[in-house]
Amino acid sequence: MPDRYRRQSPLAHLGLVARASEDQSAEAGVVMAECPFCAQTGLRGDGSLARFGNAVKTVLGIAPPTEPNTVTGPEDFADGARILWLGPDEWLIVGGDVDAEPSGALRLALSDRHAAVVDVSDGRAVIALSGPNARDVLAKGCPLDLHPRAFGPGRCAQTVLAKAHVILHQIDASPSYEIYVHRSFADYLWSWLEDAAGEFGVRISNSRSDRNGLLGGRVTP
Amino acid sequence: MAIGVSVVGRSFKYHRPRGVFSAGVEEPIALIQLGSGPQTQPNMPATAVELSDGLVANSVHCWPNVNRDIGALAQWLSPFMPAGFYYKTFMWPARRWMVYERYIRNAAGLGTAPTEADPDIYDKMHVHCDVLVIGGGPAGLAAALAAGRSGARVIVADQQPEFGGQLLGERLEIDGGPAMAWVAAALDELAGMDEVGLLPRTTAFGYYDHNFVALLERRPIAAAETGRLARECLWKVRAKQVVLATGAIERPLIFANNDRPGVMLANAARTYVNRYAVAPGNTVVVFTNNDDAYRTAIVLAEVGVKVPALVDVRAFAPGALREQVSAHGIEVLNGWSVINAHGGRRVRMVDVVALDEAGAAASGSRRSIDCDTVAVSGGWNPAVHLFSQSGGKLRFDNARACFVPDVSVQSERSAGSCAGIFNLDGCLEAGFEVGAAAAADAGFTHGARPKRPRAEAPEEQPMRPLLWVPPPSNGKRFGKHFVDLHNDVTIADIELARHEGYESVELTKRYTTLGMGLDQGKTGNVHGLAVLAEARGNPIPAVGTTTFRPPYTPVSFGALAGRDVGDLYDPSRRTPMHRWHEQAGAVFEDVGQWKRPRYYPRSGETMGDAVDRECLAARHAVGILDASTLGKIDIQGPDAAEFLNRVYTNAWDRLPVGRCRYGLMCTDDGMVFDDGVTARLGDAHYLMSTTSGGAGRVLSWLEEWLQTEWPTLKVYLNSVTESWATASVSGPLARALLAGLTKTDLSADAFPHLGVREAVVAHLPARIFRVSFTGEVSFEISVPARYGMALWTTLMEAGQAYGITPFGTEAMHVLRAEKGYIITGQDTDGSVTPIDLGMDWIVSKKKDFLGRRSLNRVDAMRPDRKQLVGLLTDDPSDVLPEGAQIVGEKLPQPPMPMIGHVTSSYYSANLGRSIALALIKGGRDRIGKTVFAPLVDRTVSAVIVKPGFYDPEGARLHA
Repeated sequence: MPDRYRRQSPLAHLGLVARASEDQSAEAGVVMAECPFCAQTGLRGDGSLARFGNAVKTVLGIAPPTEPNTVTGPEDFADGARILWLGPDEWLIVGGDVDAEPSGALRLALSDRHAAVVDVSDGRAVIALSGPNARDVLAKGCPLDLHPRAFGPGRCAQTVLAKAHVILHQIDASPSYEIYVHRSFADYLWSWLEDAAGEFGVRISNSRSDRNGLLGGRVTP
Repeated sequence: MAIGVSVVGRSFKYHRPRGVFSAGVEEPIALIQLGSGPQTQPNMPATAVELSDGLVANSVHCWPNVNRDIGALAQWLSPFMPAGFYYKTFMWPARRWMVYERYIRNAAGLGTAPTEADPDIYDKMHVHCDVLVIGGGPAGLAAALAAGRSGARVIVADQQPEFGGQLLGERLEIDGGPAMAWVAAALDELAGMDEVGLLPRTTAFGYYDHNFVALLERRPIAAAETGRLARECLWKVRAKQVVLATGAIERPLIFANNDRPGVMLANAARTYVNRYAVAPGNTVVVFTNNDDAYRTAIVLAEVGVKVPALVDVRAFAPGALREQVSAHGIEVLNGWSVINAHGGRRVRMVDVVALDEAGAAASGSRRSIDCDTVAVSGGWNPAVHLFSQSGGKLRFDNARACFVPDVSVQSERSAGSCAGIFNLDGCLEAGFEVGAAAAADAGFTHGARPKRPRAEAPEEQPMRPLLWVPPPSNGKRFGKHFVDLHNDVTIADIELARHEGYESVELTKRYTTLGMGLDQGKTGNVHGLAVLAEARGNPIPAVGTTTFRPPYTPVSFGALAGRDVGDLYDPSRRTPMHRWHEQAGAVFEDVGQWKRPRYYPRSGETMGDAVDRECLAARHAVGILDASTLGKIDIQGPDAAEFLNRVYTNAWDRLPVGRCRYGLMCTDDGMVFDDGVTARLGDAHYLMSTTSGGAGRVLSWLEEWLQTEWPTLKVYLNSVTESWATASVSGPLARALLAGLTKTDLSADAFPHLGVREAVVAHLPARIFRVSFTGEVSFEISVPARYGMALWTTLMEAGQAYGITPFGTEAMHVLRAEKGYIITGQDTDGSVTPIDLGMDWIVSKKKDFLGRRSLNRVDAMRPDRKQLVGLLTDDPSDVLPEGAQIVGEKLPQPPMPMIGHVTSSYYSANLGRSIALALIKGGRDRIGKTVFAPLVDRTVSAVIVKPGFYDPEGARLHA
C-alpha cells in the first residue's frame, strides 16, 4: 500500500483541517465538512435479477435498493457500507477507506455474470452539510423538493446544485446531507456553499458525523 | 404630496410635466431614480417604493431639473411628432441612420444605469408547495386560510410591504369590525401554521409551464448588512395548484390634457387619504363612469378636502351613494363630462360639458370648475396578467368593459377582483371557495369549514362602458388625449396608425409604442384596444389583446444573476495538480469548464518565448503535460468489442489485451465527432479516452445508443474521467526518466508504441499507456486522483536530472500540428468527414459503424469538399491567423471566391518556421500550388503541402 501521507483529498488545498480547529462560532446555522478518502464503487448490473442482488448482499451484507432514489445501509448511515440507487441498473456503493480496496471482493463475487464493478473513489468529493439551515442552503441551488414530506432520511437523488451535477443523500432528519460532486467541481461547489450559507453562519468541521455542533468522531488526515 | 410637490417627472416623448397618477405598481409616470452610486436603480415607480430613512430619490428624464426642463421644448414640436415619427423622418438616406441613431438614443431612455459594480448580493430559492396564493388581499388571504387549514403547504406572496391589498386603502368592515382587524387575525392564524409561508414585498412576475412561477422578493436590509444579506431573492416556485388573487387595476377616463399633474385615479386619491393620511389636493373634482368613485368623493369630503363637483357620464345616479355625496354639499353632475384640464405644472381648472340625451356627444352647456386635482375612474381592469401568462384564455365582459379569465389551461384558479368580482363580500366568498378547492385538488381536505366572514355587499348601479369622453357634436376633438401616459401615446396616434394600415393590435402597439413602457400599459392598454376597435368598426373582442409577457413588473438583473457572479459565475474545473500549476506561475486556458495550463512563462519570457522553449524541450529532452482532463470511459461486458466496432470507424475485434488503438467517432451524419485512444485492459474490459471537452457529450451519446437502439448489447459504461490523474512525459529522455521510477520494462520491444501496462510508478498504483500526441516517445501515467500531486512532484524531482520541462496546451497544440495530428473541434467543425481529413486509413470498409451510410452520400463524396492540408507560408516568419480565409487567386479587391480557411497555425521552434493546417476545397489535388490569405493589412502567400511537417516517417515515435 502506498504511503497514505502522499494522498490528497479534492479539497486539501483549502486547509479545512486547520480551519476546523480554529475558534468558530457555536451559533452556526450550517456545518460543513469534507469526508475525504471515502471508498466509492460504481456498480452496474441487472437489478431485476435476484441472483444479482443476493450476490451483492453476500459480500456487503446489504442488497442494492430497487426502489428508485433510495439508499440501503445501516440505520443512520453513520458507518459501514451503504448503497445508493442511481438507476435501474446503476448504484453507488459507499463506505470504508479507499486504500482498503473494498471493491475487490465484490468484483470477484460478480465475475461470473454480466456486471461492472468500478472503483470511482477518487472521482467524487464528498461534502457533509448539516445544521438547522442546511435545507435552506440547498434550496438556493437545487430545484428538487427537499421538504420532509417529499425527501427524508434514506433518500438520494442525482440532481444539480448550483451549476454542478451532484448526488444528494439525506442522512438524518436533523437534517444532514452528504453531497457527492465530481472532483474537479469540488472547489467550485465548496466555495458556492460557503457563500450561500454565509448569512446563516458556517462552521467547518472535520467529521462527517458532526451534526449537532459537537466535535466528535474521527479526524482524518 | 403632503408638502405640495406636484411635478415628479417629465414625459417620455414630449417632456410634459407629470405628477403622481396612481398608488401602486401600475404607475405610468411618476418614475424616479432611486439611490445613488453603485446601488442606484433607475425608473422606479415612486408609488411602489417603500419609504425609509435616508432614502435618496431623483426625477428622471429632465435637465437641468424637473421644473425647468430644456427637453420640454419638444412639446412645441409635438404637432410634427406623430406616431411613427422616427420611422418616417429618419429613413433617408438609409446610411445616415447610424448617425441619427446616436442622437435619438441619447434623447430616449429615462433613468441612468449605474456604472460601478453592484455591491449587493442577490439570492435564489427553489421551493415547492401544494398551493401558491398570489396576492394577499381579502380574496388571497381567504384562500390561504382555507388551504392552510387543510394542512397543505401554502405560500402567500404579496407585492406590498403589508398584506391587505385593496383593504389597506379602504375603510371597509368585515363581520362588523374594521376590515384590517380581520386581516391581522388572518395573518396571525397563517403565521401559526407550520406549512404556510408568508412573503410580503414579493411580486409574482412570471407564470411559466408546469405551474412554475417566479417571484421576486425585495428585502429591506440595513446598510451594514450590504454584501452579507441578500437585497433581493428570486423565488422559483413549483406549485401543485395556484390561486391567483392579483386584484384589479383602476383605469382612467380620457379627456384632453388628462396627463396634467393633479389628474389621478380615484381609488389612489382615496388610498392616499385612508392609508397615508395625505390629501391628494385642496380642491378635487371627481370624474367617473361608475359607483366606486362616489366613495372617493365621500372620503375626501369627510377629511375636509373641498370637492366642488362629482361629474358622472351616466345620466342616472346611484340612489344611496348620491344622497351621501350630496349630503356633503358636493354638486353631482349626472350626464356631464370633463372634457379638458387647464394648467401646466398642476391642474388649475377643468371644463365640463353636458352630454346629449344619448350621452354620445359633448354638445350641451359648458362650465369651468376651479380645482387642483381630478380624481378619475373609468372602472376596473382585473389583473389578468399572470392568468394570461399561464396560457389561460380571456373573455371580454361587455357590461364592465374589461377582460376576465375564461378558460384555464394550467392548475390555477382566479379569485376576487382579478376574476371580475368587485365587492368585498364576493371576494371573501370566492377566496374561501377557491382556496379549499385548490387544496383539495392538491390532495388536502379538511372537515367542517368554519363559517366564513361576511362583509357588506352594496347594490351597484351598472357602470357606463365608456373609456374616453364623447367628442363635441362636430366630432372633432382638440388637445392631446393620452391613452398611454408612459410613452405619450394619444388617441390620435392610434387612429393614425390604423389609418396607415396597422390594423392588427400587435402592429399598432409597435408602431405607436402603446403599452411598451415600464408599466406595460397597465392603466392604458384596454383604452388603446377600445380606440383601435372603434377606428376599425369592430367590437373589442375582435381586436383581441396583445400578449401578456413576463415580467409583470420590472426585475433587476442582479436578481436574475443571483450568486452566479464573480468567481462563482461558472464552475472552474481543476485537476488534482492544479495547485502546482498555480505555484509554477502557469497561465491558464479555459477548455470547456476546465482550467488547463496554457504555458509556464519564466520571468521575462513572452508567451512565444515560453512556448518555443517548451516545444524544444519536449523534442530534445523531456516535457511533462497534465493530461488529467482527457475523458475516460470504462467499458465492460462481453459485447464491448462489438460496441466499439459500431461507434468507431475502425475495427476492434483483433485488439489484444494490453494494447491500445486510436479511434475516430462520427455522428450519424458521417461527420467527425470525437477521437481518442481506447485500451483493452481485459477480455471484456476496455478504457476509452475522449477529448477533454467531449467527455460528457460522448458518454451521453454512447448511453443513448446503448439504451435506445442496442439494448441487447451486454455492455456497461462508467465514467472514470475524474478518478484518475494523468501525467504525460514526452521526449527522447522520457523513457530514462520513467525507468528510474518503475520496475516495468519500458524498452521498445517489451513495451511498444500503443501498449498499456498495469504498473507501480513512484510506489503508486498506476497504468502506463504508451501513446503520443507529440510524435515523440511518450508515456501517459495514470494514478488514482488522490495521488496525482504525488506523482507529479515525484516526476518533477526525478526529472531535474533530465531537464524536465512542464509544457502547456499551447506547446501541445504546436507539437501535434508539427505532426499533422488533428484536434476535433479545432480542425473539425461538425461538417468534416474522416475522408476530408485524409484519414481513410481508419475507416473500415468491412463493417458497419455510426455514420457509415452517410459517408456514401453524393455530397460526402464530392471531390471539391474541403480537405485538410498543410500550408507553408512563403515568408517563414509570417504566422497566419487562425480562421483566415484562403483564396486561390489574388484579385485587386473583394469579392474573391473563398476556397477554404486556416484551422490551426503556429510558429514552430523545432522547424524554425511557421506552419498551418487548413481546410481547402479539393485541397489534396492542389498540393504544391500557391494560395493566398488576404488579410486586413497584407496578403500572405503560402504553398499547399501534405499535413505532417515533422518526422513524417514516425521514426521518433517508435524509438
